[in-house]
Amino acid sequence: MLTADELACERGERLLFKNLGFELGNGEALLVRGGNGRGKTSLLRILCGLTVPAAGVVRWRGEPINKAHEQYGREMAYIGHANGIKDDLSPMENLQIAAALCGRDLDDATATAALEQVGLSRCVDLPARVLSFGQRRRVALAGLMTAGAPLWILDEPLTGLDVHGVAMVEQMIRDHVVAGGLAIMTTHQSLALDGLTPKILSVGE
Amino acid sequence: MLKFLFTVIRRDMLLAARRRGDWLTAQFFFVMVVSMFPLGIGPEPGMLRAIGPGVVWVAALLASLLSMERLFADDYRDGTLEQMLLSPYSNTLLALGKAIAHWIINGIPLLLIAPLLGIQFNLPAEALWTLVLSLAIGTPILSLLGSIGAALTLGLRGGGALVTLLIMPLYVPALIFGAGAVEGVLSGTGSEAHLSLLGAFLMMSLLLAPWVSAMALKVSVE
Repeated sequence: MLTADELACERGERLLFKNLGFELGNGEALLVRGGNGRGKTSLLRILCGLTVPAAGVVRWRGEPINKAHEQYGREMAYIGHANGIKDDLSPMENLQIAAALCGRDLDDATATAALEQVGLSRCVDLPARVLSFGQRRRVALAGLMTAGAPLWILDEPLTGLDVHGVAMVEQMIRDHVVAGGLAIMTTHQSLALDGLTPKILSVGE
Repeated sequence: MLKFLFTVIRRDMLLAARRRGDWLTAQFFFVMVVSMFPLGIGPEPGMLRAIGPGVVWVAALLASLLSMERLFADDYRDGTLEQMLLSPYSNTLLALGKAIAHWIINGIPLLLIAPLLGIQFNLPAEALWTLVLSLAIGTPILSLLGSIGAALTLGLRGGGALVTLLIMPLYVPALIFGAGAVEGVLSGTGSEAHLSLLGAFLMMSLLLAPWVSAMALKVSVE
């Protein structure tokens, strides 16, 4: 499904990594490991198509991702360092606008259900400005669930979450992968995915 | 495709409605700058009439630039810009939608205020009408070209001043033909030639600007 060949990444004339490659199929998870500044985030940004790699190519279903912008946009969901949440809109509006921008209709019931699932049932109509950092992260995770994308690319999904939040994300990833989805993530915390062993990829060593 | 365009426009209008303070700043700036000239120069009708079209046009240009630097900056900061760039539609369409939204939010109010401000400069009714018409064709050009500057300076420190320096020269033709159209009416030579050229310039910006600004966005986000 997703293959990366001989990827290299440069940041400010410094080579972060080169000859990096992997293959990920249905029902597989990939955990990207590496210390601070080793290029984990850069790798994820290359994988989702925001950054052009210095060398190499990323393929989704056999097509280079820059040629399959439309299909890849529908089938890939990305959560980066920033949550992608508008402070002036409520979690509900955030989810619905994000869905509309991807060409999907999201009805109130589905959005409410997703927000309930991430534990935000009391904040559905509050502007996101008044939510805490962890709660905003949860809105982004609710967006991930409503996106219905087979491929998830998650950059530090556990940042700012409490113990329950971490357990919830672990459960989400497990369910997604067991149902045949693909997940690529980085994290500095330990991730307990019982019954599921993610592939490990080390960058910058 | 069209639905995506409308969603981008609707989103920006909704956000502008939630932050009316930011939105009103540019409009008040326009009114203030234009109103300073009659006060500073003094009540001499002939002189005011001569400088009127140029002053209104320059102020519209500055007001447009004032709101321009935040066109992409807010979305860039909270990560929504990344998400929109990754959406399954073309980035050119995104840039076009943002520019149209900017025109609706910041350009159309200028059109509505301009005739009132024109009265301060003792412009006759026919010239006021041409002023509105020239702004109606000209302000979309300002939004379209400005979006290129906003995309290029994304994430840079002091981006606001840089947008002004980068984009001002590109605004020159719009200023010349726009203010020229009104002056044509005042001097009796007619405004058609100027307005046609302004229209041609709008078509050119409509074709090229969203494309260039989408490329600039990709480079800036990287």
